[in-house]
Amino acid sequence: MTTSSVRARPIWADAPSPALRVLKAVALTVVVAVIAFPFLVVVSTSLASEQQLVANGGYVLWPSDPSFDAYRQVLGGGAVSRAVIVSVAVTVIGTAISLGATVLAAYALSQRRLVGKRLLLGVVLLTFLISPGIIPLYLMVKQLGLLNNYAALILPTAISAFNIVIMRGFFMTIPRELLDSAMLDGAGHWTMLRRIVLPLSKAVTAVVGMFYAVGYWNSFFNALLYLNDSAKWPLQLVLRTYVLQGSPIAKEAGASADVLPPTQALQMAVVVIAIVPIACVYPFLQKHFKTGVLTGAVKG
Amino acid sequence: MATSMQQAHASALRAAPVAARRTVSLRSKLARDRSLLVMVAPAVILLLTFTYIPLLGNVVAFMDFVPYLPLSESPWVGTANFQAMFEDPAFWNATWNTLQINGLQLIFSFPIPLMLALLLHSVLSPVIRGVVQSVIYLPHFLSWVIVVAMFQQTLGGTGAVTDVLRSMTGESVNLMTNPGTFKALIVAQGVWKDAGWGTILFLAALTAIDYSLYESAAVDGAGGMRRFWHITLPGIRPIIVLLLILQLGQSLTVGFEQILLQRDAVGAESAEVLDTYVYFHGVVDGDWSIGVAAGLLKGVVGLVLILAANKLAHSLGEQGVYSRDN
Repeated sequence: MTTSSVRARPIWADAPSPALRVLKAVALTVVVAVIAFPFLVVVSTSLASEQQLVANGGYVLWPSDPSFDAYRQVLGGGAVSRAVIVSVAVTVIGTAISLGATVLAAYALSQRRLVGKRLLLGVVLLTFLISPGIIPLYLMVKQLGLLNNYAALILPTAISAFNIVIMRGFFMTIPRELLDSAMLDGAGHWTMLRRIVLPLSKAVTAVVGMFYAVGYWNSFFNALLYLNDSAKWPLQLVLRTYVLQGSPIAKEAGASADVLPPTQALQMAVVVIAIVPIACVYPFLQKHFKTGVLTGAVKG
Repeated sequence: MATSMQQAHASALRAAPVAARRTVSLRSKLARDRSLLVMVAPAVILLLTFTYIPLLGNVVAFMDFVPYLPLSESPWVGTANFQAMFEDPAFWNATWNTLQINGLQLIFSFPIPLMLALLLHSVLSPVIRGVVQSVIYLPHFLSWVIVVAMFQQTLGGTGAVTDVLRSMTGESVNLMTNPGTFKALIVAQGVWKDAGWGTILFLAALTAIDYSLYESAAVDGAGGMRRFWHITLPGIRPIIVLLLILQLGQSLTVGFEQILLQRDAVGAESAEVLDTYVYFHGVVDGDWSIGVAAGLLKGVVGLVLILAANKLAHSLGEQGVYSRDN
């Protein structure tokens, strides 16, 4: 422990009694353990051998003989590999579209003068209160001919008013003098956005981009609703079918003879594959969460 | 594009007398802000296409909708769909389940992040805080499919926790397929996933409290408990009220994806909520009009709830979700 006796206790906190100190430590340990335990089970099970799984009855806390066979099998072509590719593509393209539209709208709406600003802002903010409902949205997507089209995984949920509000709130904190002087030097809005506003807003752009990316990576209901063709399914839908419903997945499309057994290790390997990208990105952005969430809450 | 220019031109002409008094006419404003308008266009077009125009589709609630015919050929039936829905016991069952789950969330999911935030706030070591925060935020970013899969692996029939319980009590209980405990399970999953994330706002509010208040209270002889009661809690009251309003406004919306994924395991009797009722009646069973009617009713009541809760907050002297001057 590095608790320095030099550092004064903040004024809100009295030095806790030893009993309270122990109680706090226990409480924090329990919270962390409860949250971390399922991760441990899932990762360990995905690495376990078939014999250990059978002996242990379906789960493993610590793989005695860890192997990556499950990952090799699941990622070696077939439904899961295809779904990973679909999910990566949808996430990348969707995030680019969403983030682009959000940055542009937030910049325009952050300007002091914009003709029709109240109306445009109203159009954005009102979506906090109203939603069209599942079926009318479905009928719209059908009307546009987007059923069974990857665009249906992106466009209906491409814009989040919350994210526009976060970005706009941040853009409005940029000193006006900076923009005014750039404008005097002849910079248009596109130049100002690209050369001044965006470089100053890397953190908030990263956070909003991550919110969108996580949304696309995790999205399941859009695919369930709009894609009938199981060959087009993204990872979350394959995950549901394979892991939650326990259906075996054909290794090659159409080749029903070549079927993977739905063993626990294979299933958990799919779960881990779905977690890994998030677990990789999130530590880098964690320090910005507070800013992003706070701006949204205060300005919203 | 040309027509919109003409319309803009026409409206500029119509607005001419007013615009003459101002220094800048609407037309020259449109010209001045052309690049800004181009910038908002994609977002506004997406919102119009996928939020506002589909809103009109709710007229289906008053029709006997035939999906194969154009909308104009479906006959109007007035409020017959609503009557049929109100006579459907499954609808009331779904409503009751929804309210029960929301009530449980109010009791458990709401205060737990607050308590966790107070606990974390009292931890002085930045290292310990950082580690704890990293762990407890993570589940928020997982999809419900992943969360349910993880719960299945720990609480399901062959799960780790189930195994431990079996060796301790001798009884085997599959918590994932037990209708009696389904609502508790739903709430517990929500707590596991989002309690950590829910601490962020509280922590920020706690940090924002003016420290001189604590100082003067301490000088006046207030002990830790009194300072907590008279300074800490009032300091975060606005954020508590805000989140409470949002929760009340969401009374008819409880974890749609989460429940959809687990409904089959326990049956509709205990697991159907309004959103899943809409989905199964409309999309799955093809009973479009009833589905839309239920969705519309839910949307309208939800909107009224949010507005009412916000009004209540205003009359209690709190800031609420939005204020008139914004």
